[in-house]
Amino acid sequence: MQSPTITLAAGLRLPTNGLDYAILAIYFVVVLGIGFAARRSVKTSLDFFLSGRSLPAWVTGLAFVAANLGATEILGMAATGAQYGVAVVHWYWIGAIPAMVFLGLVMMPFYYRSKVRSVPEFLLQRFDKSAHLLSSILFAFAAILIAGVNLYALSIVVEALLGWPQWVAIVVAGAFVLAYITIGGLSSAIYNEVLQFFVILAALIPICIIGLKRVGGWGGMTDSLKSQHGDNFMSAWGGTGIGDANPLGANWLTIILGLGFVLSFGYWTTNFAEVQRALSAKNLSAAQRTPLIAAFPKIFIVFLVMIPGMVAAVLVPKIGGAGSDLTYNDAIPYLMQELLPNGVLGIAVTGLLAAFMAGMAANVSSFNTVFTYDIWAKYVKTDKPDGYYLKFGRLITAIGVVASVGTAFIASSFSNIMGYLQTLFSFFNVPMFVVFIIGMFWKRASMKSGVWGLLAGTTAAMLNYFWIYKQGVIDIPTDQGANFVSAIVGFVAGAVVMIVVTLFTAPKPEAELAGLVYGTTAPGLEEPPAEGDSAWYRKPALLGWGAIVLAALCYLPYSL
Amino acid sequence: MSDLQNEVSELERKSATAARLFDIRRIIGGLFVLYGVIVTIAGITASDADLKKAENININLWTGLGMLALGLFFLVWLKLRPTAPPTPDE
Repeated sequence: MQSPTITLAAGLRLPTNGLDYAILAIYFVVVLGIGFAARRSVKTSLDFFLSGRSLPAWVTGLAFVAANLGATEILGMAATGAQYGVAVVHWYWIGAIPAMVFLGLVMMPFYYRSKVRSVPEFLLQRFDKSAHLLSSILFAFAAILIAGVNLYALSIVVEALLGWPQWVAIVVAGAFVLAYITIGGLSSAIYNEVLQFFVILAALIPICIIGLKRVGGWGGMTDSLKSQHGDNFMSAWGGTGIGDANPLGANWLTIILGLGFVLSFGYWTTNFAEVQRALSAKNLSAAQRTPLIAAFPKIFIVFLVMIPGMVAAVLVPKIGGAGSDLTYNDAIPYLMQELLPNGVLGIAVTGLLAAFMAGMAANVSSFNTVFTYDIWAKYVKTDKPDGYYLKFGRLITAIGVVASVGTAFIASSFSNIMGYLQTLFSFFNVPMFVVFIIGMFWKRASMKSGVWGLLAGTTAAMLNYFWIYKQGVIDIPTDQGANFVSAIVGFVAGAVVMIVVTLFTAPKPEAELAGLVYGTTAPGLEEPPAEGDSAWYRKPALLGWGAIVLAALCYLPYSL
Repeated sequence: MSDLQNEVSELERKSATAARLFDIRRIIGGLFVLYGVIVTIAGITASDADLKKAENININLWTGLGMLALGLFFLVWLKLRPTAPPTPDE
């Protein structure tokens, strides 16, 4: 059985016992309990979709990082660590932190103050209906696709580790997610993400500690890996000179521009599954601090996924190769099996399942918001009372979960198609950032330039990937490297087309841009600062620049 | 203000989340204290095989104590800084 994201070797069955299952069962009870307890706070559609814009910053911040810390991410990044070594830090320190800080310091004032309830809704306010409808529909499809892929990946892992048949895992996990989001709405999803964040830490830290001891500490691990893979394996930038060969297939320029700039900014600043967490914060200061608070754990989480990956690479030198049953994705499950006694093993299984469900829930809870506010309420049934949209939101949440379950079953039979679709959808995210950044900083950018920028950027990125790279017109060593280059191409094409279209089409009336574009003011939207927000540790600028400096310092030991 | 901003402001006024949503610190605290106790007991009663598997670290004991400490931290935080009662309609 092949999966687009995860395959696990047979023979990884964990020696779970009653204690581990008790820990797992307690977690499932708490998950449902949170859903039911959150129910009484849902009175309006805004409560259901955005927690009434009233959550504190530390809650939305941890949910922001947890929404991204799905199990596909955890297993995938451990795999990257096992395969490429220290280079995996790029996905965190340059591929996440700058974008998260930019979202908090620069973009969030426009997002939060304009009171938009979703990312596509911002496009409607700033550009026009065509940009809005295009991005809403694509987002809705992509969210269901990713939720389904998460569910399918969960079923493979559960089958390998616990021995449950795939369909049982898909249906059970789907039912739990359905219950707690339909009942408790976004508050329930966010609260569960915060809980999942801590359980994941409790799962990964013991694996790292025992794993490091097994391979002779950090020093012992470094020596083994260097003798096996060469010095560059333990260096962030070693071998990334332009023209040098390295396993990543990327050079420093494509890493910084492609991964660090276009892909990362596109994901972190315009993916509604992330931005939604910040929009549910209680005031502008809390919304700005959401991605900034998330940045600090994000800096250090890389160690918790990289170390298991590298320990596995030491223990199973042939991992991922022809001489071993184990693939790179097996790194963490393999260490769980080898190193964890019952008890902590139960915590680790719980953390992994929680991460899968949270990854799915984040997508379903952003899908239902976009479908209800952006598609249904704007183009199908307009001007209904709020209670109607709340009811509809619950219904579409259930439909979304059922569609994800269906997608998961389709994925289990046609995994190649799913992998292809995932690649395809990833190209729609590429031009989002360029459209946002031009829209937010250039008043003149015309109404029509939004949709054309989106189309041109997507098309250019696809052409570069499927034609220039896949047909071998120019030689790029790996899919990963080609992805980075395609992102840069899509960004530039989107920017050029937006500028050209703007020159020939009408700008948006300036009155309608108030509060949406840099340099405009919207009277009546300024809120008085909340009490205590002036404390130094709540200053967005300090938090943001602190995260940037810390990430840069983290690079030092692996760059010199 | 635009129509959208009026609509959302109206919904914010009617929203019940701030007033009625429970405090997540209670749940995190409770769950981690419970997990901490369970895993610590598993650590105290650890078998030789368990210890050997985990490189002679009593990982259940340490993880259990760590989780217990985290759980207590959230409960103490909740005790010291309880949720501010919602201000009546401003």
